[in-house]
Amino acid sequence: MELVKVDIGLLFWMTLTFSLLLFILGKFAWKPIMKMLHEREDSIEKALNAAEDAKKEMLKLKAGNEQLLLEAKEERDALLRDARKVRESIIDEARLKANEEANRIIENARESINYEKMAAINDLKNQIAAISIEIAEKLIIQELSDKDKQHQLTEKLLKEVKIN
Amino acid sequence: MENFSNIALPITRGLMIRKLLIEHKLRVALLGLFLMFAFSLQATENDTITSPEAGVSEHSAEPASEEKGFNAGEMIIEHIIDSHEWHILTWKGHHVSIPLPVILLDEGKLVVFSSAHFHHGEEAYQGYKLEEEGKNKGKIVKVNEDGTVNEEAKLPLDFSITKAVLSLFIGAILLLVIFLTAARRYSANPNRAPKGIQSAVEPLIIFVRDDVAIPAIGKKKYKKYMPYLLTIFFFIFLNNLMGLIPFFPGGVNLTGNLAVTMVMAISTFLITTFSGNRSYWIHIVNTPGVPWWLKIPVPLMPVVELIGLITKPFVLMVRLFANITAGHIILLGFMSLIFIFGSMSPWIGVAVSPVSILFGVFMSLLELLVAFIQAYVFTLLSAIYFGMAVEEHHHEHAAEHESH
Repeated sequence: MELVKVDIGLLFWMTLTFSLLLFILGKFAWKPIMKMLHEREDSIEKALNAAEDAKKEMLKLKAGNEQLLLEAKEERDALLRDARKVRESIIDEARLKANEEANRIIENARESINYEKMAAINDLKNQIAAISIEIAEKLIIQELSDKDKQHQLTEKLLKEVKIN
Repeated sequence: MENFSNIALPITRGLMIRKLLIEHKLRVALLGLFLMFAFSLQATENDTITSPEAGVSEHSAEPASEEKGFNAGEMIIEHIIDSHEWHILTWKGHHVSIPLPVILLDEGKLVVFSSAHFHHGEEAYQGYKLEEEGKNKGKIVKVNEDGTVNEEAKLPLDFSITKAVLSLFIGAILLLVIFLTAARRYSANPNRAPKGIQSAVEPLIIFVRDDVAIPAIGKKKYKKYMPYLLTIFFFIFLNNLMGLIPFFPGGVNLTGNLAVTMVMAISTFLITTFSGNRSYWIHIVNTPGVPWWLKIPVPLMPVVELIGLITKPFVLMVRLFANITAGHIILLGFMSLIFIFGSMSPWIGVAVSPVSILFGVFMSLLELLVAFIQAYVFTLLSAIYFGMAVEEHHHEHAAEHESH
């Protein structure tokens, strides 16, 4: 056996062993290993993509939330503004109504006061008339107690009538 | 300009190979020197033994070598070539070795017996003998009734389970165990992080796929070639590493056997040839972008291309063989220095040993690297050849452009 020489025996065994090795490894080792590696790479890639998507979704969701919050705030502000307006309008209306009511009440009071005043004045007039008649009666009674004076008065009254 | 762009594509591909070759040029030159050194040692040793002592009894060989003292060339060659027994050590003149089965096909007759019957080449058995000298040294030859070598008879075909064959089987079994276990693990827990043996082999598998197959062949077609590329890569890598283990079951220079590298090179060649597409063959028969007078009347380019077709696997075969064999020779050479100097004087041997060991360790580390690089280079070049065979060229269109 020399160094630079091809031995037929080794050549034969090598061909046999190498073919068998190629066949067995190819069928039972490389095929499943390559398949699994490929699948794993795929699944990792998918998982990474999914994570990326989830991240994006989260960001979107966050942005949406913020938007929602902003909108809610605006709505609240609007509501508050409206409420304030409504309150003011209610107050104004109430004030108006109250004024009206007050005016009406005052008017009524004034009317009744006038009425009472007129009644009082009438009453007073009647009383004054009564008192005057009484006074006149008493005066007349006193005057007419003496004949001269009755005569004088009658004359005077007649005179006045004549003039008329 | 058109012309240059046409050949630019194969050139960029070729650059990759050329770079690799340049890297190896220096190494190969060094290896050549060492190989020559080893051969000359072997040759001189053969001369000295054969001339005076031809035909003397079998026992004379051993004492003769003992008298001569340590013979580095013989030792190195004995270590790196194949043998019919697995020699482990020699203790006080006794050889401790694993006998291996001898299988001979002699004129259509199958003969099987243990190599132990040869008693390390000292005895003949069933009319066969392990030749120890001459041109058939190390081979099994037929002997006559009186015990002399039958010179006329044809050598029997030797299909013995030699040291290299056993090592090949061990390597194959190891590969099967490792990768079938790994494959089972992959199937058992899919889509999980690799564990145990998976973690050990996965980076290499990914390396072969992503850095060898895909760049060389292309993403579309690489899948078909992955089983072959992975098999040769791990076969070469594992057996290179096994060869670096200095004792049983390693230490066999398996990938430094031409028969072994030849089978792989021929496999690569066959796969390349059978997967060659139309443009690949057009490229060989009628190389585009080359002046017509290089093809007609003397088909110079086709001949060159055909030679290239043959050289590719040949170079694959020789490169792996030479690199691994040279690595073994250099390592053994450094170790031999201790004994060469030791045979002058034991003290010199002791003095030299640290240097030798230091160089030996350095070479071993280098060989670890080489074990990987050679597996890588063989796989990469195979992948590049496959890539060339399946590549879609567009030379036809370019040629049309030129004619318009």
